[in-house]
Amino acid sequence: MAGLGYACLLLAFAVCGYGICASIYGVRSGRVEFSDSGRRAVYALACILTVAFLVLEVAFLRNDFSFNTVADTSSRTTPTFYRAAAVWSSQEGSLLLWAWLLSLWASLALFLTRRRMRDIAAYATAILLGFAGFFVSLMIFYANPFKTTSPAPAEGVGLDPLLRFPTMMIHPPMLYSGYTLCTIPLAFGMGALLARRVDADWIRSIRRFAFAAWFFLGIGILLGARWSYSELGWGGYWGWDAVENASLMPWLTGTAFLHSLMIQEKRGMLKVWNVSLVLATGTLAIMGTFLVRSGVLNSIHAFGGATLGVPFVVLIGVLISGSIYLVVSRRDMLRSEHRLDSLISRESIFIANNIVLVGLCFVIFWGTYFPLISEALTGQEASVGPPWFDRYTVPLALILVLLSGIGPVIAWRRATLANARRNFMVPIGAALLTLLVMVATGVSHKPLATAMFCCAAFVFGSVGQEFYRGTRARRAMAGEPAPRALLALVRRNRRRYGGYIVHLGIAVLFVGVAASSSFQHASELGLSPGQSTRVGAYTIRYVRPTATITPRYDAAHTGSTLSLGAIIAVSKGGKPVATLAPSEGYYNSQDPSQGTVGSLIGGQPVSHIANNSSFTRDVWTAIAPDIEAPSLQRIVKVGNATLGSEDAIVAIGYLARAYLKDPPPAQFHFIVSPMVMWIWTGGMIVFFGGLIAIWPAPSAVRRGITVRARARQARGMARV
Amino acid sequence: MSPPVVLLTVALIAFVVLIVGAPLMPARGPHGERGGELDTPPDPQLEVAREDVEAEREAKYREIRDTELDYRTGKLSEEDYAAVDGTLRAQALEILDRLDALEGSDLTRERESTDPGD
Repeated sequence: MAGLGYACLLLAFAVCGYGICASIYGVRSGRVEFSDSGRRAVYALACILTVAFLVLEVAFLRNDFSFNTVADTSSRTTPTFYRAAAVWSSQEGSLLLWAWLLSLWASLALFLTRRRMRDIAAYATAILLGFAGFFVSLMIFYANPFKTTSPAPAEGVGLDPLLRFPTMMIHPPMLYSGYTLCTIPLAFGMGALLARRVDADWIRSIRRFAFAAWFFLGIGILLGARWSYSELGWGGYWGWDAVENASLMPWLTGTAFLHSLMIQEKRGMLKVWNVSLVLATGTLAIMGTFLVRSGVLNSIHAFGGATLGVPFVVLIGVLISGSIYLVVSRRDMLRSEHRLDSLISRESIFIANNIVLVGLCFVIFWGTYFPLISEALTGQEASVGPPWFDRYTVPLALILVLLSGIGPVIAWRRATLANARRNFMVPIGAALLTLLVMVATGVSHKPLATAMFCCAAFVFGSVGQEFYRGTRARRAMAGEPAPRALLALVRRNRRRYGGYIVHLGIAVLFVGVAASSSFQHASELGLSPGQSTRVGAYTIRYVRPTATITPRYDAAHTGSTLSLGAIIAVSKGGKPVATLAPSEGYYNSQDPSQGTVGSLIGGQPVSHIANNSSFTRDVWTAIAPDIEAPSLQRIVKVGNATLGSEDAIVAIGYLARAYLKDPPPAQFHFIVSPMVMWIWTGGMIVFFGGLIAIWPAPSAVRRGITVRARARQARGMARV
Repeated sequence: MSPPVVLLTVALIAFVVLIVGAPLMPARGPHGERGGELDTPPDPQLEVAREDVEAEREAKYREIRDTELDYRTGKLSEEDYAAVDGTLRAQALEILDRLDALEGSDLTRERESTDPGD
């Protein structure tokens, strides 16, 4: 079946080549049938890559270790769920996932636009097939997911223990969906510029795909942060890692685009800005993919031994230079149809919001690629860490949250100062009240956190006021009870109120970030059973050790041979709060020099943290048992000397019993962080609001009108 | 490659050729229309133009509702609201005129209820 998979890659490459030529010939010669054929090449590509993906998926599920990628990332003991998702844990499989998702989204976009913008769509088809062809060629020439070994090994290496976490398996499909969806607006934007048709049509057509990219990318980023917090054992959710940043940058420019798009739709302004944002977002998505696979930057996310840097650099170079050329050469067609009516208007706030978002992206871009730039200029590698990023992003984040509260209370086109003063009273009042509470409770000694809480309160005030006033207006007009009026208000104004909910979610999320990072209490120390320590207001006691021999008792499917941990009792003011059970898993290694017993536990240990989470605080703990203690290593040495590989597991049993009987002091990491749950909750509110904003209205049935009814319609068309 | 795999590959190639080549086939229909788009409407350009104007209409309705909502929630003064609303309604009427022109000179049609929505 590997032959079928590889044949699919070759066929896909041929289809991409044909589709590009047919689309371009069709649009240049006006022969619609060739453009249609080019579009159908995308559909065919989706079918081919679906077959290829299924071939690989079946190989994983059937434990076909003749496939190199299956042998490298799966094993017979890997649970079925992780085996199915292990397809994309390797360089090769993830490339196939990328190309497959691209073909699916491209097919959908081209199907939905099949009867409109034929010239733009034809160019977009060629560009999308170009991307697909690029990724397929990478698989054919550099990283073949269907490469086989004969004879096939009897067992695979197994999935990286760090990836044995449910959300980590969903994270890549979400992220790749986001990345691939970013290429849809890019392709149509380039198509519009190439076709010299930069009216509202193409923007309207790609709006939903731009939103979908923002949505999936955002979910992927949030899932990654959650995995980092729950699995990596350092207690944080965002480390300004290069690959984290690479996914955040297109999300920021995508967010800017979703806002400035509204201005172009309403006022025909910001055309150059919007098309530039679209091109930048797509390019940043490709650069994000490049970072993971090129090996140019160190990251926990990077595929090891990656050798795809040069092809990606060429592609990125073509994208950047092509984008700049197209925008500059078509700038006359991108002139704004109107100007700003007033500086005190929602348009102005959106422009300010865009500047901040792009500014944030620029800061993150500089900090992420600085090592490369520095090495190129000085020959010495340098890096910037979280303190550098925090210094520049936190003030910008504050401004962003503040703007997200100002926007809802300012009208489109123009607002008077008197109106603005009246509308700002409640939000400012909420912010001042928050400040008073913080001062009164003695938590205002962190100025940035205080500022963020006040800005968030401002947002809560302005959004709350909008919902209240809108419901009141609806009730006054329609005479409905408040709950029904509220629902009708949101239903009839999905974009507006969905957007308000998104802003609310962002404020909630940033409150969680500010609180958890500014008011955190942490402690790292060694404890023996019975000993306790104090972290913030909590007393934490090491009750007793735990030891689990796996995989027999591997309920969590960690895949570890041995798991050593502790039972921790958490109390506050003498009252029990929680019982935690952190552990560290020890895995097989492939190094025979460690001995028969040593190699059973000589692989990379993985921390399994324990966390008690509530809306007000998280109590988080990780343990690093001292497996190098002489009392335990003695058992390993004796086992290595006396036991063969089939009996070595017996020594693991002795090791576990020895640890339980006389545990050496273990290193603990305790963190008490306020309001971490607000981050995940805020994220869910953001996506809920986004769904409301993008949810389609019932299709307008074609309305037949008479001459008399036209005037009635003009008077009656506005109804809150 | 084993015979089943070869057969599968050949079948896949044939499928791809069929899909991709369909628009290039000679005309088959009773009216001489080309093969290709399964649901090509009789006058695609008019249909697309009508959809474009309808989308413009819905966007303008949305703007009018947004403006009224801004007024009713206290973000616009009465004078500003009157000025902006008047401009938008005039623009909406222009769009309706263009829609009428696209739908031909037949001015009397059956009315169907609709809820413009968002």
